[in-house]
Amino acid sequence: MSPSFLFSQFMGGLTTAMFLFLIASGLSLVFGVMRVINFAHGSFYMIGAYLAWQVVQWLQPSGGVFWIAALAAALGVALLGALTERVFFRSLYGREELYQLLFTYALVLILGDAAKFLWGTDQLSVSTPPALAGGVTIFGTTQPLYTLFIIAIGPAIAFILWLVLNRTGTGRMVRAAQMDREMLDALGANVSLIYTGMFALSAFLAGLSGALVTPIQSIVPGMDVLIIVQAFIVVVIGGMGSLWGTFWGSVIYGQVLSFGILIFPGFSLFSVFALMAVILIVRPWGLFGRPL
Amino acid sequence: MGPVRAAAVSTATAPLPRRGAAEPAPRLAVVSAAVPLRRPLTSRIPWTLVVFLVMATVPWVGSRYDTFLAGQIVIDALFAVSLNLLLGTTGLVSFGHVAYFGVGAYVCGILMKTYDWPFSLAFPAAGLGAALFALISGFFCVRLMKLYFAMLTLAFSQIVWAVAYKWNDVTGGDQGLPEIPYPNLDWMSAIPGCADLSVGARFYLLSLALVAVSLAIVHRIVRSPFGRVLTTIRDNPERAAFLGVNVRLYQLAAFVIAGGFAGLAGALYGIFSRGVFADYVFWSKSAEILIMTILGGAGYFWGPPVGAAALVWLNQAVTDYTQYWSFVLGAILLVLLFGFPGGIVGGLVLLWRRLRRFRRNRTGDDGQRHA
Repeated sequence: MSPSFLFSQFMGGLTTAMFLFLIASGLSLVFGVMRVINFAHGSFYMIGAYLAWQVVQWLQPSGGVFWIAALAAALGVALLGALTERVFFRSLYGREELYQLLFTYALVLILGDAAKFLWGTDQLSVSTPPALAGGVTIFGTTQPLYTLFIIAIGPAIAFILWLVLNRTGTGRMVRAAQMDREMLDALGANVSLIYTGMFALSAFLAGLSGALVTPIQSIVPGMDVLIIVQAFIVVVIGGMGSLWGTFWGSVIYGQVLSFGILIFPGFSLFSVFALMAVILIVRPWGLFGRPL
Repeated sequence: MGPVRAAAVSTATAPLPRRGAAEPAPRLAVVSAAVPLRRPLTSRIPWTLVVFLVMATVPWVGSRYDTFLAGQIVIDALFAVSLNLLLGTTGLVSFGHVAYFGVGAYVCGILMKTYDWPFSLAFPAAGLGAALFALISGFFCVRLMKLYFAMLTLAFSQIVWAVAYKWNDVTGGDQGLPEIPYPNLDWMSAIPGCADLSVGARFYLLSLALVAVSLAIVHRIVRSPFGRVLTTIRDNPERAAFLGVNVRLYQLAAFVIAGGFAGLAGALYGIFSRGVFADYVFWSKSAEILIMTILGGAGYFWGPPVGAAALVWLNQAVTDYTQYWSFVLGAILLVLLFGFPGGIVGGLVLLWRRLRRFRRNRTGDDGQRHA
């Protein structure tokens, strides 16, 4: 095994990881604040991908269209998330976890078929934005610029989220809501707005990652249920509700998947689920999380 | 949750001495002893026997397709009842129950197809195999609190899926195990009326009988003192622990029993559908079976079978008109969650009580003889 092979394997793992981080960060945020596991997060991701494709079609492929499409898709999905929270989810707080889980699963079913109805079942794809179409040679391997961009955007988003959560007044409110909702409510803060905002932000991140994945993966029905399980694994490894936990969880996941293939071919799928199970058994709150 | 829960809870408490006001409400609308002490004509009919006999006539009165649907209902009913032993009786939300169904299906399928075992051995082996896996995984699961419990059951079921999907030599990988042989059912020719039945119809009758026996056993378990302890744990684990109950041990026992019966259902399903495939074990199947249970009513023993019948029937009725079955299922689920948390059986019980109250108000007397 040459170093350049190992390097490209490592970069592959890192790309997977940063994509998953974009998706899982939203899942983790919502879990941290509302203690809800949102199965529909994968569906938001899928809708983001389809919306991005749709906007690209409308605007005709040219120069900066992809970036407009990605932003529009993310905003569209954020709106969808906010509406979902306002109309439905609201009345489920304080009900049993089962009802919340099943509600988010109902969304998975409905959004999955809605996407099939609107966009059909054919594979769709979006071309790489021209500015990032090339590649660069590192350690004798050619890395597409687009994956380097993704690898850069993961930590950037993590840093922005961290900054917002830890260095702004809004972030302080969110962290307070995470600790004690009733108390914050009693102090006069608009907790219900915070919840809607968090849901919208989480959906925004899902939509954004869905849009950003389109140049390297084709859009197909069923991408929602496949991705959500991976996002669960990442969030569980790092610690549900912990931002940096989710970040490192995705890095670990990406590398286990990438190198697992070399060590046990065919069983890398098994190894990531086994890792998830082991972490839940040994440290249910994850490597970087805190016990509830 | 309002009236549904209130009604269901008062049904549950009716035959028992009045419980104190401090008693916490059951977390799901649960009727553990819904048998009223009055005996009007309708309750003297052994309904379960009637339903069983009606189901048994399907191969003669219905088409092949009807028999197929009935087989699906019967197997799903057992699967959903096994899940409800966790959900409704013990109060454990498993998001990976399909793992045990899958283990049962693969154990039975592999033994019958690869090793030529007879069904009479492979079937119990499937139940034992699933129960054993439930013992191992459940040992870890019951240590965790709610959401983590759900996630760990999900993780175990995905492990089963990953193994089924990739272990080509044993499970057939993504090709699955097609053409699992039917058990030898020639002996059924000796039963009057069965001589002309196809092997599929015979297997349906065998499945029906096996499921009926299994349901009777689960019913017995739920109504036993052991089942009562499980219900106590569901309602208030702390109180159960104070009473000296080893909560985790009881939860584990429920987990193993539920896993075993799910394995039996899986064994039947593998033969019924002529093959075992990795898709059976994907996590979304666990969600579907949860929906089935909730649709019928997790608070009632007969809720899950009703949910199974309703969902199988709805599925074929809807797919005649549209390919968007998932959309319809999601919409049904929304209605259930926001409108009828007690499910179909819960809704019927509520309706029945309303009617009775209406009649009582009109006649001005009780109209019922309460024991």
